[in-house]
Amino acid sequence: MQTLQQLTQEATALARGDIVLTGSEKEVARQLQICNGCRYCEGFCAVFPAMTRRLEFGKADIHYLANLCHNCGACLHACQYAPPHEFAINVPKAMATVRGQTYADYAWPSAMGALYQRNGLTLSLALAASITLFMLLALQSNGTLWGGAALNAQQGFYAIFPHNFMVSMFAPVFLWAVLALGMGVRKFWRDVTPATSGAALTTPAAAEATHDALRLKYLGGGHGDGCNNEDDAFTLARKRTHHLTFYGFMLCFAATSVATVYHYAFGWSAPYGFTSLPKILGTVGGVSLAIGTLGLWRLNLARDPQHGDVQQRPMDRGFIALLFLISVTGLALMLARGSAAMPSLLALHLGLVMALFLTLPYGKFAHGIFRTASLLRFAVEKRQPSKLALGSD
Amino acid sequence: MSLDVLVIGGGNAALSAALMAREAGASVMVLESAPREWRGGNSMHTRNLRCMHDAPQDVLVEAYPEEEFWQDLLKVTGGLTDEHLARLAIRHSHHCRPWMVKHGVRFQPSLSGALHTARTNAFFMGGGKALINAYYRSAEKLGVQIRYNAEVNELELENGVFKAALVKHKSASGEVLRTERISAKACVMAAGGFESNIPWLKEAWGQNAQGEFPADNFLIRGTKFNQGVLLKHLLERGADQIGDPTQAHMVAIDARAPLYDGGICTRIDCVSLGVVVNKNAERFYDEGEDFWPKRYAIWGRLVAQQPGQVGFSITDAKAVGRFMPPVFEGTVAQTLPELAQKLGLNVDTFMATLNAYNQACVPGHFDHTVLDDCHTEGVTPAKTHWALPLDTAPFYAYPVKPGVTFTYLGLKTDETTAVRFNNQASPNLFVSGEMMAGNVLGKGYTAGVGMTIGTAFGRISGEQAARAALGTPVSVPTLAQQVMQGRADLDTPVSA
Repeated sequence: MQTLQQLTQEATALARGDIVLTGSEKEVARQLQICNGCRYCEGFCAVFPAMTRRLEFGKADIHYLANLCHNCGACLHACQYAPPHEFAINVPKAMATVRGQTYADYAWPSAMGALYQRNGLTLSLALAASITLFMLLALQSNGTLWGGAALNAQQGFYAIFPHNFMVSMFAPVFLWAVLALGMGVRKFWRDVTPATSGAALTTPAAAEATHDALRLKYLGGGHGDGCNNEDDAFTLARKRTHHLTFYGFMLCFAATSVATVYHYAFGWSAPYGFTSLPKILGTVGGVSLAIGTLGLWRLNLARDPQHGDVQQRPMDRGFIALLFLISVTGLALMLARGSAAMPSLLALHLGLVMALFLTLPYGKFAHGIFRTASLLRFAVEKRQPSKLALGSD
Repeated sequence: MSLDVLVIGGGNAALSAALMAREAGASVMVLESAPREWRGGNSMHTRNLRCMHDAPQDVLVEAYPEEEFWQDLLKVTGGLTDEHLARLAIRHSHHCRPWMVKHGVRFQPSLSGALHTARTNAFFMGGGKALINAYYRSAEKLGVQIRYNAEVNELELENGVFKAALVKHKSASGEVLRTERISAKACVMAAGGFESNIPWLKEAWGQNAQGEFPADNFLIRGTKFNQGVLLKHLLERGADQIGDPTQAHMVAIDARAPLYDGGICTRIDCVSLGVVVNKNAERFYDEGEDFWPKRYAIWGRLVAQQPGQVGFSITDAKAVGRFMPPVFEGTVAQTLPELAQKLGLNVDTFMATLNAYNQACVPGHFDHTVLDDCHTEGVTPAKTHWALPLDTAPFYAYPVKPGVTFTYLGLKTDETTAVRFNNQASPNLFVSGEMMAGNVLGKGYTAGVGMTIGTAFGRISGEQAARAALGTPVSVPTLAQQVMQGRADLDTPVSA
C-alpha cells in the first residue's frame, strides 16, 4: 500500500504539471497511455515491459523509453491502432522523434546540441574542413599529393605525417569526443535513474545489458526472426549488417590500439606486415565495416517511411556513408602503399577519420551510448519489484 | 483457368481456410472487403487462442484438459452449444499451433495484466494483427491470389450448389468501381458476423420498455467491415440458421471509445474494485461475483439492459494501480457528491446508493488475487467479494457502454462446415469463423474461444472446399476425423 500511495502522489505531482513536456514528449505519453491498455507488443522488446511498470509517463520516463526503443518497427506493423486508425499509434516514430531531441538536449557542451538540428550540414562541413586540412598538410610536408616521399614504401605514412604529429592531431579530438559523450550520458543517467527505480547498477544487470547490446537482442523481434525493414516481413538483415558495422568498427579500433601498443611498448613501428596482428584486425575490420555499412545503406533506402523520424534520415545516412568511406579509403590505402596515390589517399582517409571524431558526440554515434545507458537502466529496473499490483495478474 | 476455391473474407478463419486449401493443392483466391490497411476483420484485435493441453506446452503452463475446457464452455453458454462441434474445436486447439507456427505465427507467454490466462490461452506475439500479417505473407508466398476492397453480397446458387460470387470492387473511399462474377469449384464464406451493421443490430434488439432502441448506444469493438451482407443474403436464400440475433460477445467498454475498432484498450477493468451505478445512480449487479476476466463478458449485456445503456464504474484512491490503466481519463472528485454532480447523476440517490453500499461492507482481508472475504451484508444487489467501502479521496468514475465484439447469429453447420439448405448439406459451399461460431457459442463468451473456433473451422472449411474442388476420395481421412481420432502424429510440439 505504501508504494501505491507513493505512486499516486507521484502521478498527482505529474498531473500538476511540475515538469513540462515538449510536444513530441506529450505524443509519446499519449501513445503509451493507449499501449498500456493493450500490451500486445510486450514480447517484441524491452520498451513495453518497461512501460507496464508505469501508469503515467513523465519526462524522464519518456527519455528513458525513447532511448530503449531500437526502432525495429515490429510494434508498428503489429498495431491494431496504427494509422489510419484514429488513435494513430506509431511508437517507433514517436520514440525516434524524442530520441533525436534527447541527443540534442544532452549534448555537452549544451550549445553544441544545435549541431543535431542540421546534422547533414554539420557532417558536410566537418568533412570538407578535415579533408582540406589534411590535403594541405600533406602538400606542405610532401610537396605533392601525387608520389613524392610516398614512393618510399619503407617509411610509409610517416614519411608524410610523422607518428607524433598524427597522435597530436587525433588524440585531443578523440579524447574530447570521449569527454563530451561521457558528460552527456552522465547527465542522462542522472535524470533517468530516479525514474527507473533509483537502484544502483549491479553486476548481473550490467552483464545482461551488455549482452543485450552486443547481441542486438532487440533487433531480433523477440521470436528471433528479426525486425522489420520495408514491410511487415521480418528480416535478420538489419541485425547482421549492424553487427558487421559495429564489430568491423571495433576491429579497426582494435587494430589502431594494438599498433599503438606496438609503437610505444615495443618500439615496433608501422608499416606492419600483412600477417601482423594490426594488419589482420584492420583488414578484417575494414572489410566488415564496408560490407556492413553498404548493407545498412541499402536497408535504410528501402526502409518503410513510417519507421522512425524521417527527418533524422540525413543524420543516419551521413553516418553510414562516413563509416563506409573510412573503411574503403582505409583498405585502399593499404593496397596503395608505395604508390603515387598514397599521399592523396592518406590525406583523404585521415580527413574522413578526423570528421568522424569531430562529429562523434554530435551525430548518430550517440545512439549507441544512450541506448546502452537505457539498456543498463532497464536491466536494473526489471530486477526491482513492481510498484503496481494489477488485480488481474 | 478456372478457380478451385474462392474464400470470401479476410480474417483468421478465411486465411486459415485459404492456406489449407492451397496446401491441399487447390488454386485459391481470397476476397477481402476491406482495404489492405484494414484487412483481417476482427482478428486484428484478438490476442490469443484458448488451447486444450494435457501437459505444459511452450508458452502454456500446467494442463487444460479437454473436459475442463468443455465444462468452461458449457458453463458460459448455458448449454447453448453443439457438443460435437465444441469438442472438435477444443481437440483441434490441441493440435493446431505447429501449423500456425509453420505459417509464421509466433507465440508468447501471457501478457502482464493477463496472467490468469497463462494456463488456458496461448498469446500471439504482437497480437492478432501480427498473426494476420503472417498468414497473408504465407498465403502470398504460396500463390494465393488476394483481392482487397472486394465485397461480396450475392452468390449464384443452384439447388444449394455454389456457382459463382458477384464481387463489387471498391475504391479506397468505398465507391463501387466495377462488379465482377467470379466462379469457382468451391467456396468458403468466412466474412464475419453482422456486428458492424447498426441498423440490423437495432432491428434485432428492438425497443425496450422505456421506448429506447438499446442498439443506438452500442459501440462496436472491432472492424466496421462486418456488415453481415453475405450472411443476410444466405439467410434470405434459405440457408439454415443458428443462433439468436441479440446474442453476441459483448463487454462493458469505455463510453468514450470510438464507434468502431476501439479494440482491447477501451475496456474498463476496475468494476470489481468498486461499484457500478446506472443513469439513475443505482447499483444493478454484483460487481464482485467472480474474477473480472470471468465476468467481463456478461457486463456488456448487463449495461445494455440499463436505462440509456450506460453505467458508471466508481472507484476510490485505493484502486489506483490495481487494474489495467484506462485509456481515457476518469472523472475525478474529492468527494462523492462532487463526483455525482460531475457525472450529472442525482446526488441524493447516488449518495443513498453509495452510503448503503459502504455501510454494508463487512470488514475482511482484501486480496484481489483470490475470491476474498470482503463482502456486503444487507444490501441489494450484494457485492460478494472485494467489497471495500469507497471512502478514500480522490474518487474516480469511468462511464461504460455495451461494446459488441461479434454477433452469434449464423449459419447452421456440422463437422464438414457445409452450409445447409433445408437440412441438406451443400456439396461445395462452406462456412467458418463468426458466420458459424453460433453453432458452438449460443451465448456467453470465454477469452480466446473465438480464435479457437475460427482456427478450427477455418482450417476444416478450407480443407473441405479443396476436397470438393479436387474430388478427393472419401477414403482419405478428413482433418476433422483425424482430430477426433486424436491422431498422434498431429501432436508435433511447437518449437518455442
